[in-house]
Amino acid sequence: MKLLGLFNYWVFAVLLMIGLYALISKQNLVKKIMALAIFQSAVFLFFITMSRVDGGTAPIIQAGVSGQIFSNPLPQVLILTAIVVGISTTALGLAIVVRLNEEYGTVEDNEILAMDRES
Amino acid sequence: MTTLLIGIFLLSLLVITAIAIVRSEDLFSAVMLSGIFSLLMALNFFLLDAADVALTEAAVGAGVATVLLLAGLKLTPPTEAKGRSVGKLSVVVIAATTLLMIYASFGQPTLGDPMAPTQQHVAPWYIEKTPELIGIPNIVTAVLSSFRGYDTLGEVFVVLTAGIGVMFLLGGGRGKPFSRLDSDVEEGLSGHLIPKVMARLLIPFILLFALFIQFHGEYSPGGGFQAGAIFVAGIILYSLVRGEGLALSVIPPRVLLWMSAGGALLFGSVGVIGMLMGGQFLEYSVLADNPVTGQHIGIIVIELGVGLTVTGVLLSIFHAFAARD
Repeated sequence: MKLLGLFNYWVFAVLLMIGLYALISKQNLVKKIMALAIFQSAVFLFFITMSRVDGGTAPIIQAGVSGQIFSNPLPQVLILTAIVVGISTTALGLAIVVRLNEEYGTVEDNEILAMDRES
Repeated sequence: MTTLLIGIFLLSLLVITAIAIVRSEDLFSAVMLSGIFSLLMALNFFLLDAADVALTEAAVGAGVATVLLLAGLKLTPPTEAKGRSVGKLSVVVIAATTLLMIYASFGQPTLGDPMAPTQQHVAPWYIEKTPELIGIPNIVTAVLSSFRGYDTLGEVFVVLTAGIGVMFLLGGGRGKPFSRLDSDVEEGLSGHLIPKVMARLLIPFILLFALFIQFHGEYSPGGGFQAGAIFVAGIILYSLVRGEGLALSVIPPRVLLWMSAGGALLFGSVGVIGMLMGGQFLEYSVLADNPVTGQHIGIIVIELGVGLTVTGVLLSIFHAFAARD
């Protein structure tokens, strides 16, 4: 039971490292951006995991009901805004990749580096 | 117990999907898988009591991000080149770090432990004081827009800056952000009957839902960020089905730019008005005679600002990608 309660953290660790691995080993820049998104999602999962309270509910107060337990609203606020900032950075990264593709005709980082060295 | 097991099932699917994204050499399927990944993530957030976050992830991650990646893919090669051989060292480092983090997890409080340090610090204060100081039911919205208004203002400007960056990289020059979208207007999917009918049925409800999320955000999960993303999803659906040109004549580029900048300006000016009325920057209590009413006014206006900026920026980004050949 105690171990099952840690499962979320293990998934966080595995997802984070899948993202990092892909970021290091993949040479396709679009793939790298997706890897960054996975890495980012893992952090979101970690924060939201910490916000949960047993027997709690989403932090919205119902009129006339007292003694409710609420999950922690603070990590939720942080992650809510982080998701929107995440999509903005993804879009910016993607725009850079599109421009690179127009200049170099490829989105593989090793080919781009090789072209740079030649010139 | 059931919730825990459902959570474990969903998290396992999440890991499988992530591995599939990394392994797939066809980038189109990788993008589709990343949409599924976001949807699973949203379900997990919902199980973990984070309704607001789940809504955002579903709208932004599964909806808008997938479309943007597809739009990017249209302009870049669709498949990955055969991967270089992976260095043994990186595999070892990754595996060791994973094991180290799993080892460290044994020192963490278990999921949902009410005695965990996170639940003991400032969170009870916010939960206790929100009804009295802000007077709105949704504590997440209260913290987002009032207690931590500075953060949110910063985030809005980050979104705006990212939008400006994309316009610089892909836009077509002064005053003509989407100038490459010239006479040859694509007809979208309008030749296909099923998407056309479905979209026609869905779009009004998507837009209505976005407005509901925007203006009901104080009482139920929602707010400017989610509403903006859902609104954008509706308009993107329209432009996919009816073509870019028509979508741009509904909301012209000039309006989009004004929305992006105007939303952030609206947010900031609420803060300045608070200062002029004798309070501090972003202090809403002084906006009306009754502090709680002042908070309500402030929150509604800044949420509107957030919604405008998010809609304007995300839609501009989409059009900037779509206009490129």
